[in-house]
Amino acid sequence: MATVIEKPEHVRLTEQGKPVTLLEAIREGMWEEMERDERVFVMGEDIGAYGGAFKMTEGFLDHFGPSRVVDTPISEIGFTGAAAGAAHMGMRPVVEMQFIDFISCAYDIITNYIATSRYRGSGGVPMVIRGPSGGGVRGGPFHSQNPEMAFFHTPGLKIVYPSTAYDAKGLIKAAIRDDDPVLFFEHKWLYRRPQLRETLPQEDFVVPLGKARTHREGKDLTIVTYAAMVHKSAEAAEVLQKEDGLAVEIIDLRTLLPLDEDAVIQSVKKTNRLLIVHEDTRTGGIAGEIAMRVNEKAWEWLDAPPLRVAAVDAPVPYSPPLEDYFLPQVEDVVKAARFLANY
Amino acid sequence: MANRTRARPTAAIPHGLSREQLLEMYRLVRLTRSLEEKLELLFKQSKVVGGLFRSLGQEGESVASAYALRRREDGTGDMLSPLIRNLGSMLTIGTRPVEVVRQYMAKGDSLARGKELNIHITDFDRGFIGQISPLGDLIPVMAGVALTFRQRGEDRVGMVYIGDGATSTGAFHEGVNFAAVQKLPLVIIVENNRWAYSTPTRLMTAARSFVDKAAGYGMPGEQVDGNDMLAVYAASKRAVDRARAGEGPTLLEFMTYRRKGHAQHDAQTYVDPAEIERWAATNDPIDRYVKTLLDNGWATAEELTAIGRDIDRELDEAVAEAEKSPLPAPEEALTDVYGDGPVNAPWTRYEPADPTRA
Repeated sequence: MATVIEKPEHVRLTEQGKPVTLLEAIREGMWEEMERDERVFVMGEDIGAYGGAFKMTEGFLDHFGPSRVVDTPISEIGFTGAAAGAAHMGMRPVVEMQFIDFISCAYDIITNYIATSRYRGSGGVPMVIRGPSGGGVRGGPFHSQNPEMAFFHTPGLKIVYPSTAYDAKGLIKAAIRDDDPVLFFEHKWLYRRPQLRETLPQEDFVVPLGKARTHREGKDLTIVTYAAMVHKSAEAAEVLQKEDGLAVEIIDLRTLLPLDEDAVIQSVKKTNRLLIVHEDTRTGGIAGEIAMRVNEKAWEWLDAPPLRVAAVDAPVPYSPPLEDYFLPQVEDVVKAARFLANY
Repeated sequence: MANRTRARPTAAIPHGLSREQLLEMYRLVRLTRSLEEKLELLFKQSKVVGGLFRSLGQEGESVASAYALRRREDGTGDMLSPLIRNLGSMLTIGTRPVEVVRQYMAKGDSLARGKELNIHITDFDRGFIGQISPLGDLIPVMAGVALTFRQRGEDRVGMVYIGDGATSTGAFHEGVNFAAVQKLPLVIIVENNRWAYSTPTRLMTAARSFVDKAAGYGMPGEQVDGNDMLAVYAASKRAVDRARAGEGPTLLEFMTYRRKGHAQHDAQTYVDPAEIERWAATNDPIDRYVKTLLDNGWATAEELTAIGRDIDRELDEAVAEAEKSPLPAPEEALTDVYGDGPVNAPWTRYEPADPTRA
């Protein structure tokens, strides 16, 4: 057995009562799960000695050793498939896509092999595929994507996309403990935002998959959203409160699949007006699915047609004026909410 | 009876095999061919649901390669993942004929419970993991299985089959490379049967042979006459032993020939019939194996005939048993998508129809 290096300072923040960023929360969550359960191991590109492109797994190799912190060749099919094989044998692998944009390289093995395994009779595949996602960081077309909906249509997968440090830690732990494959999206614009720092409970906790959270209570209008757009929507809600006297309710989905339909329906029945906001592109975005569910289950409660604010149907552009135009902004949310309120 | 059928060996049995093992391999290869013939009959009677795939001419390498594995039923043995034409490997590692027939009949108590077809079936305890139709995917998956054997310090080995055609996939490359870099206990078998559906190998690779690819990955490779069962066994055993000893993966190329079409619907119009005839007449793996057994006095014709009779009876029973099995209940379509409960039924299936239950 290799010498185990002691637990480093940067995963002791919560232990010491210090606030953590969203990135640090995920890191602590993974570390704690690896300590709790020896079946959990991490695998990906540059995650060992280098600690990952965003330093998520910094210090893991020294503490847990190369058998549980596996550096891989550039091979998203290779290591994602290998994780499935390890999961078949009872392990609980967590693989990192260096940028979530590269998850498409493994699209076949995720949708055809992993997602169907339980159904085909090869057993559940308890594994997590995680990675930095989202725009607003001038990453261009291949370091900014939100490909969650490319997988939303695949039965057998679960999809998680947190917006706060507390949820991120609780959800990564729940994802690792879940018996089905979970895609875990981490918005890189939120990773180190100082505004998101929070002091987390010292004791072990999980946030259950498939449960939305009311980010802000209100009676006039519901905004259903997730990830970075929770914070943009919250900014918009402040403006609407101050300038229009509107009380906006924000539902943070947290998990996209399975979708917490009840939380959405309940809120819509209260406010009678629905705006869906997502950073993902418009066509085929989750807004379409949510509006249809509301149509099926809360049609009579609506006082206005459900509307959406989403990114442009284009690749994510690089130059700041282009990307800012491409992404939904606070003003877009304000404008859409006003339109709905006055309908 | 015993006296009349006693074999008189005129040569030592090679590769550390016993006479009993030679006969067991004969039983398995005979069982493979007979089961497929039985399935073809059932197919013609419309009792097989969907397509049927034959491995005619390749049964020998399937059986002999899997025979080199440590076969257990309690989840402690080696593991393999087959291709569509590796029924022989499946029967060797422990799949029962009745399970195969139930599969092809889409029965509710088949291993895949009617949700997936043919020999795409799994039993971790007996050591087989079902492949899926996007070819190549099982190479990285089996690399992961082998990775966990090593993580746990178990001396178990993985074996994965791939055809000449699917060596062209990205999954093949990434999986083989991963296994090589990690030095995993995995045996990768390229079955070169000259045809990928209708595409000949010359349109699949510009390499001189598939085994040449091994060097590119930094692993040993061996090309074997795939229709010589003892040669296949010997090469597979060497590769399995290397893997078990922690010396990493091996790529084996078995030279063989697909004598039937891709599946029953395929009339093989793209093949010269004389070529198939030549392989059937001069290079059939079972004919060659029988000749070896008899010429060396390792078995008698009577013994082999008796084994054939037992197999015929076993298969009749298997078919009768499988026919008794029920088809799955329709609502089973909703189960096993997730571990935490069935998915919703369509709202129109409720009485009265109710959209709020979608």
